[in-house]
Amino acid sequence: MDAIILQILNGLDKGSAYALIALGLTLIFGTLGVVNFAHGALFMIGAFCAVTLSRILTLSHTVIDETQKDFLGNPLKVDVPYIYDIFGQQTGDAIIDWAVPISILFAIPVMVGIGFAMERGLIKHFYKRPHADQILVTFGLAIVLQEIIKYFYGANPIPTPAPDAFRGSFDFGAMLGFDPNTIIYPYWRLVYFAFSAVIIGAVFAFLQFTTFGMVVRAGMADRETVGLLGINIDKRFTIMFGIAAAVAGLAGVMYAPINSPNYHMGMDFLVLSFVVVVVGGMGSLSGAVLAGFLLGILESFASMAVVLEILPGINQIIIYLVAIIILLTRPRGLMGRKGVMEE
Amino acid sequence: MFGLTKKDATLLVIVAILAIFAPFILNPFPEGSAMAQFNAGYPDLMQRLVIFGIFAIGFNILFGLTGYLSFGHAAFLGVGSYAAIWMMKLLTMNVIPAIIISVAVAGLFSLLVGWISLRRSGIYFSILTLAFAQMSYSLAYSVLTPITGGETGLQPKVDDPRVLDALLGGDSRRANLFGLEMGSTYELAVGGWIFTFNAGYYIAAIVMLAAFYLSIRIFRSPFGMMLRAVKSNQQRLNYTGLNSKPYTLAAFVISGMYAGLAGGLLVAMDTQVGAERMFWTASGEVVLMTILGGAGTLIGPVLGAGFIKYMENIVSKINKTVLEQWFAFMPDGMEDFFITIIYPFVGKGWHLTLGLMFMMVVIFLPGGLVEGGQKIGRIFRRKDRNSSDAELDAAKQRNTPPAE
Repeated sequence: MDAIILQILNGLDKGSAYALIALGLTLIFGTLGVVNFAHGALFMIGAFCAVTLSRILTLSHTVIDETQKDFLGNPLKVDVPYIYDIFGQQTGDAIIDWAVPISILFAIPVMVGIGFAMERGLIKHFYKRPHADQILVTFGLAIVLQEIIKYFYGANPIPTPAPDAFRGSFDFGAMLGFDPNTIIYPYWRLVYFAFSAVIIGAVFAFLQFTTFGMVVRAGMADRETVGLLGINIDKRFTIMFGIAAAVAGLAGVMYAPINSPNYHMGMDFLVLSFVVVVVGGMGSLSGAVLAGFLLGILESFASMAVVLEILPGINQIIIYLVAIIILLTRPRGLMGRKGVMEE
Repeated sequence: MFGLTKKDATLLVIVAILAIFAPFILNPFPEGSAMAQFNAGYPDLMQRLVIFGIFAIGFNILFGLTGYLSFGHAAFLGVGSYAAIWMMKLLTMNVIPAIIISVAVAGLFSLLVGWISLRRSGIYFSILTLAFAQMSYSLAYSVLTPITGGETGLQPKVDDPRVLDALLGGDSRRANLFGLEMGSTYELAVGGWIFTFNAGYYIAAIVMLAAFYLSIRIFRSPFGMMLRAVKSNQQRLNYTGLNSKPYTLAAFVISGMYAGLAGGLLVAMDTQVGAERMFWTASGEVVLMTILGGAGTLIGPVLGAGFIKYMENIVSKINKTVLEQWFAFMPDGMEDFFITIIYPFVGKGWHLTLGLMFMMVVIFLPGGLVEGGQKIGRIFRRKDRNSSDAELDAAKQRNTPPAE
């Protein structure tokens, strides 16, 4: 029992990341009908927002510290972050420590801006062109974004730690009444799961309970009619693109402490999240979320030692295997609507 | 000639001439001059140019004609490579069996993948091929280590059985064609130039010409016509009572066999394989090649493959020192300015140039470099400029005197 719970928990962080990226992808697909291969790049840019903010916060200037001397008796030169000058050392340290959560505030406008720029500058011209063209142009864009990041941040992964308070792990099993030391779980993964649950909830609530969301949903169902009612649906869809970009970006920001950001993390997640979208059903928001968690957890079950003994290597291919089976038996995906992309 | 129309025959002859004289054409700068690093006439690169040309020609038969965008073709290249290296280990270092088996195995594998993937079209097809390719990659990397060598890859070893080699009395430890080693090279020094003629390159080039000829025949055949019909409107085709699946499957298998051939040739040239050859970005690369050159055109994929491989090997070598040499004649401030602007696009950043060019091509030139060339050609043509294809036909009729 505890082993099963442990695997479910282990699958949650990857599952959350899949679900968030897939949610954005399917949001874009459902509203604009565009297959966005650059969505993984948005996830990566989000992670690098966290890197950027922690670099900005630790920007420092050199001062001569008279209180410390080296062995020759000369005063030492020390680097002091600018943030100390503004907030003092204690608050400054705390802010640097909390760089990743703070980057959320910084990432939202950045990601929404990038999303607007992408939609207005590029994707807008590809609505009427075949899906193959959309895949190709966004694939090219993904390469470009990836290379820009590589140019500025280098090819090596950049460790971006979580705040001190959330570092390390705790005995989750003991809290649930199992034997101690059976289920040890890192704090940050729990935070990540809770965070993604909040984001997913917020997106659904936004679509469900606001007038804006209602119009968007109507537009997803029948774009032309909504347009004929005199509503500027294009503008709303552009905003939805910005929101989808922000969702991917936030997923990236919070993922940075789990896996050090590197320039190809977007491409790594992109393929998997497309598989997730297809399994969940193209254009279905709840399907994307469900399939994201399902596949994340399935993957972690497949990497159990017991399973690997019987089926070696299954953890590497399980997701693709599931996707192939689903596509062949139920092309519409788990929760896909009828008629979306069916030929 | 060879059952081709005059226009196609001319194209084939031009490609043949380019391939035969490639060691001269690709080596325009004298050895030791500042521009010598743009010389691409060394065996390793020339072999890659033609081998990836074959890969792209094959991909174009699927994508260019039917419009089915496969993101998993590197898997067939990889499977072909593994098959070829096993032939070398077990039978003989002669490349003929290796290449034949690589085509056959890749054909069988693509038959399986195609049979399953072609049940869906559009983006679902792309995702299915992608899933299959990633699966093959993961398997080659981990579980199938006894067959694929896993992380380290495979290469021929001294104590491999090589049954046929002992039987035939050949004892060459290098890849060869009946004793002619792939690596054997003749260097011709003329003035400041050094031209290299490499056996492996010419063998690959001959195979490429054969592959190119075959692709022209496929393009001009009724079968090719049927594939075009699939691209233009599959639904309408199905309504006429025609089952398009056998045609698309045949195209898929043919393109898979081309990929296998390319994989076999790659092994014949450098006698080693690694799983990274099958990673999905490698499939993306052949997509880039085909689109960049011009999907659906005959010569486009070859041009695209040559272009990308040239950039990968030459542009990526331009580092900061080289740039400093180039702009050394400028005043300091201007030199720094130009270097700062150009540096992100060359050297390690050449992928950025590639990505940007690719985007430009998809946005502005859906027909690729070939269409670009045609557009430029049309500007320089004197009569009836600014006319579309249909108008060109009309113009031709207008300008030809009526037959008596």
